[in-house]
Amino acid sequence: MQRIGVFVCHCGSNIAATVDVKKVVEMARLEPGVVHAEDYQYMCSEVGQAKIAAAIHEKHLTGVVVCSCSPRMHEATFRKAAEKAGLNPYMVEIANIREHCSWIHKNIEEATEKAVILARAAIAKVNLNAPLKAGESRVTKRALVIGGGIAGIQTALDIADAGYEVDIVEKTPSIGGRMSQLDKTFPTLDCSACILTPKMVEASAHEKINIYTYSEVEKVTGFVGDFTVDIRKKARSVDMTKCTGCGVCQEKCPSKKAPSEFNRGLNNRSAIYTPFAQAIPNVPVIDREHCIKFKTGKCGLCEKVCQAGAIDYTQKDEIITEKYGAIVVATGFDTIKLDKYDEYAYSQSKDVITSLELERIMNAAGPTKGHLERLSDGKPPKNMVFIQCVGSRCSDNRGKSYCSKICCMYTAKHAMLIRDKYPDVNVTVFYIDVRTPGKNFDEFYRRAVEDYGVNYIKGQVGKVAPQPNGQLLVQGVDLIDNKQILMEADMVVLATAIEPDPSVRKIATMLTASIDTNNFLTEAHAKLRPVESPTAGVFLSGVCQGPKDIPETVAQAGAAAVKAIGLLAKDKLMTNPCTAKSDELLCNGCSQCANVCPYGAISYETKLINDHGIREERRVAVVNNALCQGCGACTVTCPSGAMDLQGFSNRQILAEVDAICR
Amino acid sequence: MSITANEEFRPKIVAFCCNWCSYAGADLAGSSRLTYPADVKIIRVPCSCRVNPMFILRAFEKGADGVIMCGCHPGDCHYSTGNYYARRRMALLFSMLDYIGVEHGRTRVEWVSAAEGVKFSQTMNEFVAKITSLGKNVRLEDLRCRK
Repeated sequence: MQRIGVFVCHCGSNIAATVDVKKVVEMARLEPGVVHAEDYQYMCSEVGQAKIAAAIHEKHLTGVVVCSCSPRMHEATFRKAAEKAGLNPYMVEIANIREHCSWIHKNIEEATEKAVILARAAIAKVNLNAPLKAGESRVTKRALVIGGGIAGIQTALDIADAGYEVDIVEKTPSIGGRMSQLDKTFPTLDCSACILTPKMVEASAHEKINIYTYSEVEKVTGFVGDFTVDIRKKARSVDMTKCTGCGVCQEKCPSKKAPSEFNRGLNNRSAIYTPFAQAIPNVPVIDREHCIKFKTGKCGLCEKVCQAGAIDYTQKDEIITEKYGAIVVATGFDTIKLDKYDEYAYSQSKDVITSLELERIMNAAGPTKGHLERLSDGKPPKNMVFIQCVGSRCSDNRGKSYCSKICCMYTAKHAMLIRDKYPDVNVTVFYIDVRTPGKNFDEFYRRAVEDYGVNYIKGQVGKVAPQPNGQLLVQGVDLIDNKQILMEADMVVLATAIEPDPSVRKIATMLTASIDTNNFLTEAHAKLRPVESPTAGVFLSGVCQGPKDIPETVAQAGAAAVKAIGLLAKDKLMTNPCTAKSDELLCNGCSQCANVCPYGAISYETKLINDHGIREERRVAVVNNALCQGCGACTVTCPSGAMDLQGFSNRQILAEVDAICR
Repeated sequence: MSITANEEFRPKIVAFCCNWCSYAGADLAGSSRLTYPADVKIIRVPCSCRVNPMFILRAFEKGADGVIMCGCHPGDCHYSTGNYYARRRMALLFSMLDYIGVEHGRTRVEWVSAAEGVKFSQTMNEFVAKITSLGKNVRLEDLRCRK
């Protein structure tokens, strides 16, 4: 029989306001095995933890139940406290009477009754707990960063500077990401390339950083400290060791009809290409879909003009397998597709563009060489209209429910830059709200309004109608003056919502990292562990976790790096001792458990078994504790009931069921 | 012991929630103060694939009126494939329960991610309403268990 202590937390008024804590203590005392029960204001505080330790010593407790917040919050805290007091940490269970009780119920009587039942279930479980000992696993001192944008570059640099090897995997031919497509950055109007390219160069020159561009993560196995990753290095058709980056192949390439991804399809590029002039590595790739040589077998001009002999049409995709201790996801974002927003005439008129397309138009290396002009006729615009929240803060299912966060600021930036360079262009911005929290952000927006005379109208645009004369008729509403607005514009710019890059979905599945309904990766705790995934060893950097601007992304990238470094600095990790265990007497060696095990943790051995005096050799399942992650799939599959999960055993769960239904 | 429809019937409901998605979803429902009836009691399991059909039958035997199992969305399982096993097992169990005459609505499987506090609360509200409308589980309860 266990000697159990029950500790009920008030959590200030968080629990005590809806749950009669004294009653829970009183009822817990009646449960079998309970020799001690008390309540305290804040069980997680030092004083609270000391109370647990004191009771363990004085009452010789063998088990502890803490009725408090979610075990996802403080299970580790209380287990550590118990361990310090000499109790096996796995003899501690939590009854979640805050998130699952006091916070969601209003009626004190009902909530108290439920809290009593939850406490009962935890007590019933602890009665069947057995001490468990964590094993150890080694840490591979190398990190993988998925995504080579500013988030991935910064994370990689920070990890590498701490002395650890880092690999960056980037799916496009160059690192740089979205930031490399931007012209200027708010709120200081720094040139984006001027602050990004030195970082790109630093990453590529760093002796601890290895960059795989034009590559994708194909498969991930293993667990924290010991991931094995397959990286598909796509065939570049250019030998990276020979290419000098002279660019002659791109000039001579006769196939120049491929839409430029870097310029958002606003102009075309050659079939052999580097995305942009400062690309790293400065080695082109052949886009086999558009290459005449690959399509027809004729041409081969690039091979002829390449003095270095770097062109290799026979190159094949290569799979590289590497081991990593930590993985950082930095997959970034894209703008949403606008096919559900016909009212803005994006598909009908070339002069309706997204803000990211405007970045390319404003950029000296862009399709118009930095001249602000209409893409339909090349004429300079006189009137420009910016429409905010296109697909953001959307209540229907066409767009996103969240605020994309960066649009108010970049629109103020665009408006300011245009008014600065082309003072005769009238700029109007339709907005729902202007949101500018951030250092020097609101001052920046006010400069756009007050110093640059940008016309901000609170209200939404219902329709953009292309006119026969090439003008765009914008129908909107001014909510402050409460009137309809009809205005003609030469160009309309849509502040299009951002969403996680579509590739993140597949990556999250491979990493078994959880993802929310908008495809943003979920953090381990929204406030306290914002750069960690709930999956141990996986960290989050940049917009893959939620919309953010460049300074926030860089800050988060650094934070993710620190977390990864903290992991890599360890030589060994404690493993989860809640693993499966086979009862050799019951096992009949049927192999069903091994079939469902996702980790290959189960093998079979022929052992001499003494079954109640009958000695015979039997083939029995053996679990490798270092590989088992404790999911429990095998325990339910086992037809003879030989397999059980330590810490969540059949008897423990049934005891909980019984206690709840009692 | 029979309960007529007029008396206030408070169902006993057991919810199995996987640690990684649904339990966290329930935590989010809690921290967002999204209410659902106190009749639902949650048991934490590492993965939905840890839920043995035996646990569900035992709950009914002991007098539960409804059992719901929640896990990560298909494809999002923390252990890659656990929820697929769980889904198949439950499909089999539910068809057996159907065969022996247990009303279909007494059992339910729902996928709730860690970010879906709203869905968790909505699901529990719906489930409690459904079980309340079905009334007491008389088919499977073993009255000897009450002693």
